[in-house]
Amino acid sequence: MPKDHGIGASPKRREDVRFLTGNGNYTDDINMNGQAYVHFLRSDVAHGTINSIDTAAAAAIPGVVKIFTSVDFEAVGGVPCGWEITDRHGNAMQEPKHPILAEGKVRYVGEMIAAVIAETAEIARDAAEVIEVDISDLPAVVNMKAAVVDGSPKVHDDLTSNLCYDWGFVEENRDAVDAAIKGAAHVTTLELVNNRLIANPMEPRVCIGDYDRPAGDHTLYTTSQNPHVIRLLMGAFVLGIPEHKLRVVSPDVGGGFGTKIFHYAEEAFCTFAAKACNRPVKWTSSRSEAFMSDAHGRDHVTKIELALDADNNFVAVRTDTHANMGAYLSTFAPSVPTWLHGTLMAGNYKTPLIYINVKAVFTNTVPVDAYRGAGRPEASFQLERVIDKAAHELGVDPIALRRQNFITEFPYATPVAVEYDTGDYHATMDKLEEMADFAGFDARRAESEKNGKLRGLGVNCYIEACGIAPSNLVGQLGARAGLYESATVRVNATGGLVVMTGSHSHGQGHETAFPQVIAEMIGIDESMIEIVHGDTSTVPMGMGTYGSRSLAVGGSAMVRATEKIINKAKKIAAHLMEASDADIELKDGTFSIAGTDKSVAWGDVTLAAYVPHNYPLEDIEPGLEETAFYDPANFTYPSGAYACEVEVDPDTGKVTIQRMIAADDFGNIVNPMIVDGQVHGGLAQGIGQALLEGCVYDDDGQLLSGSYMDYAMPRADDLPFYEVDHSCQTPCTHNPLGVKGCGEAGAIGSPPSVVNAVVNALRSAGKDVTHVDMPLSPNRVWEALNG
Amino acid sequence: MYEFEFEQPSSVADAVAALKAEDALALGGGQTLLATMKQRLAAPSKLVSLSGIGEMKGVSNDGGAVSIGGATTHAAVAAGAGAYPALADMAGHIGDPAVRNRGTIGGSLANNDPSADYPAAALASGATIVTNAREIAADDFFQGMFTTALDEGEIITGVRFPVPEAANYQKFLQPASRFALVGVFVAKTGDGVRVAVTGASEEGVFRWSEAEAALNGTFSAGALEGLSVDADSMIGDMHGSKAYRAHLVGVLTKRAVAAAG
Ligand SMILES: Cc1cc2nc3c(=O)[nH]c(=O)nc-3n(C[C@H](O)[C@H](O)[C@H](O)COP(=O)(O)OP(=O)(O)OC[C@H]3O[C@@H](n4cnc5c(N)ncnc54)[C@H](O)[C@@H]3O)c2cc1C
Repeated sequence: MPKDHGIGASPKRREDVRFLTGNGNYTDDINMNGQAYVHFLRSDVAHGTINSIDTAAAAAIPGVVKIFTSVDFEAVGGVPCGWEITDRHGNAMQEPKHPILAEGKVRYVGEMIAAVIAETAEIARDAAEVIEVDISDLPAVVNMKAAVVDGSPKVHDDLTSNLCYDWGFVEENRDAVDAAIKGAAHVTTLELVNNRLIANPMEPRVCIGDYDRPAGDHTLYTTSQNPHVIRLLMGAFVLGIPEHKLRVVSPDVGGGFGTKIFHYAEEAFCTFAAKACNRPVKWTSSRSEAFMSDAHGRDHVTKIELALDADNNFVAVRTDTHANMGAYLSTFAPSVPTWLHGTLMAGNYKTPLIYINVKAVFTNTVPVDAYRGAGRPEASFQLERVIDKAAHELGVDPIALRRQNFITEFPYATPVAVEYDTGDYHATMDKLEEMADFAGFDARRAESEKNGKLRGLGVNCYIEACGIAPSNLVGQLGARAGLYESATVRVNATGGLVVMTGSHSHGQGHETAFPQVIAEMIGIDESMIEIVHGDTSTVPMGMGTYGSRSLAVGGSAMVRATEKIINKAKKIAAHLMEASDADIELKDGTFSIAGTDKSVAWGDVTLAAYVPHNYPLEDIEPGLEETAFYDPANFTYPSGAYACEVEVDPDTGKVTIQRMIAADDFGNIVNPMIVDGQVHGGLAQGIGQALLEGCVYDDDGQLLSGSYMDYAMPRADDLPFYEVDHSCQTPCTHNPLGVKGCGEAGAIGSPPSVVNAVVNALRSAGKDVTHVDMPLSPNRVWEALNG
Repeated sequence: MYEFEFEQPSSVADAVAALKAEDALALGGGQTLLATMKQRLAAPSKLVSLSGIGEMKGVSNDGGAVSIGGATTHAAVAAGAGAYPALADMAGHIGDPAVRNRGTIGGSLANNDPSADYPAAALASGATIVTNAREIAADDFFQGMFTTALDEGEIITGVRFPVPEAANYQKFLQPASRFALVGVFVAKTGDGVRVAVTGASEEGVFRWSEAEAALNGTFSAGALEGLSVDADSMIGDMHGSKAYRAHLVGVLTKRAVAAAG
């Protein structure tokens, strides 16, 4: 019998009632008394010198409140970067100033040049249209490899080149890796592109700045995945506002996928302008603006080499990657191609020697930062593609080659600085084989061929590092923040609970899953528990939600705070029953004395805490409210095995996904239905990346995929019915729930198997195809077949 | 969007009069025009909605021809043009339900988007475009991307499609917009076979005369073997190269012939 409550049950998501009935409270739903509207004038050229900005005609339009340009921000800091990378030679990365409004130069199409505040959004836009900006075009830097050649035009004149950093990892292994590759029995080489993506959350970004002049208090309402991080970065580094004078609120947020982690200039602008204009200032991004101002994702160009010995054991991996940073460093951009990518290059395999080289490059494009998976999909994609290619070159079964090289003993210290606590890669592969019916593939292929279609099967494994992260470790790696999480559990007199979590839900279902954990711990009904998040004025300093960290880190903080509550409640119960604390048991919401029939109910104890007439006041304080901060001891390492079956129409190159099968190990699971949903969403985005999505710039730095006319998002009929399983469970050993995180797995695990499947299908037509770059558009697949 | 005036006349004559105002534009379903206005790429002084004109709506079937009012929605054509199944099927696959319930045949033809479906149907069918002032043969109507024979203020009041003996439309979707990356409409009529191609050419919808000649010989996919369109005149963009589009024209024409039977 599946459980009907607590950990392991699948209650329907309580937040969906308000989302699906139009009662969500999104940032754009908030309207302040007297609010004015801002329209940003954005650059339509990728690179140019600003000669002059004439705002006189715009300022004369009735209803215009104020117009800002970069001169208004001279006393203010730039947008900070939250992670510093040290390069191969021990030098700090090059870090250009990231102004709120363009200073002297524009560096990408979409960069903000001026801002008009007006009584209505329409007036602001009308006025922005008549601002005269004189820009002398400069040659645009778009191609990463050309950008780092001597003599390339520079995105930032004050930097020595367009190279942000040249990172080597593990630098000490460089020579040993070179030697191992030179001496290997077989080396497989693959060059590939991890395509640039635009996250496209359903809700575009919005921010509202508000200033309470008598009190001197600032409030920013913003579509963020981590309001405390925004408060710290914006308050301390941009505007110089101390935290106690700055409140950041992120109410319901309609999807983030990473792109709402970062501190954006629009947020600082609205906060600053609200004070300057003495009225609330609101910005709502249009979809067109979102395309050219939300941080983009991925965009790596990689050469990977896999060396094997004569028995097909992996002996070394070497990679050479160019990673696009865009024109400025977004909040966590430098960490994505380095620590979130290099540390995963061991994958599920016991490769002893690994060397990763990453050159991060400035270009005249929108800043690039974390997008669902962030660095880990790039790692899995290269590794799982090159393994497939090696299997083909060696004439061995790709599953057998993987199995032969699996890590089987845990904990396992990889040569790339991380230690996997648990895992069982054979178990997920066994599960995949059971689900996928590989034995029946030949018959399915024959059936497809009868209908004039090619059929292909692709398999891959993946590993990821979630639950980020141990603060001391990331501090050593250059993070300018801690990555613990917080929770306050407030028990009310009549027994209900409010949990203030530093995690932030923007679709993940925390309001449903988190109460399941506490309900299980105390033995009360989930309906007695309310989750509060997204407001720095009520929630203790927390780090927010990304990197599949909410349950593993935020949930752990909540467990720790609840344990404190239970300990204190037991003391109160012991007092009420005149027993010793050590003899008190809590079960099904009732405290009892072991071995007796004496008991008091949860509600009696909570009431006593707040009406302490009969209470051990000499030993403990009244009240029942506890806070915990949880800093994880390690990352968590979800893993899995995926399979994809495709049909390819050889006449048109169109790929249709017939089956997508995922066997994941997420450790313990709190709400299986929500986990299914997270995997489904991840798969949709992974398949989107593999088949459809591609952000394209032309040589002048114009964004060609600037709307849904050209940027292909996956639709329901592009996707198959998924087959997902998460019954393989090796619980995390270092967090109290034994959970690992499931939010990014689907997006990390699916692209390699889709591409492996298509390559397999093309080979079945007798074509010696080794690779096709994503997105596998009909055109590209057709060219691969006919090239 | 900039400010504009709005009129909703109930007769063609009133609409024609209203369109005399400078920079006035007809409004069909707004599925192209409103989006353009929101992006501030069009700034009509006045919109004259055709949606209140009863005489411009509906589908009728009179002796071998299907006549469709110029303000008839794609959804109404999909539901009502059963006498010409290939046409109804084409209309039923334009955009999504919201687009089909708003967008109109007149708007689509007047717009003449190089990737739109109706231009292929009208050209292959040898349809007649009826306006408030005259009748224009499809062969004379389409004059290159976004360009037609319509004069300023001229309204498409209806379109007459002779029902062919056999016909089929094959649309290969552009993955993002789901307009036609290439679409081929083949119609076999008493006067011969007509093949119209949309989505492919820099010049907009066109007739593939070599294919027509071959199919007039034998109406079978095999008759097209070895024929190809010139890739140089094709559209090349991030969704499909010129060569790929030229290839698709051949594939889709064969499929359309095979499906038309
Ligand atoms: C999401 C989306 C998907 C789409 N997918 C497709 C697709 O797959 N295939 C496809 O073919 N199209 C597609 N379209 C376009 C759609 O079919 C439009 O409806 C059509 O192009 C324009 O018709 P309308 O009635 O909306 O015209 P409007 O947008 O109102 O007008 C377009 C132009 O035609 C003029 N006009 C309108 N009616 C008349 C008339 N009767 N006489 C003279 N001039 C007139 C207007 O003045 C304007 O210049 C799509 C549109 C959208 C928004």
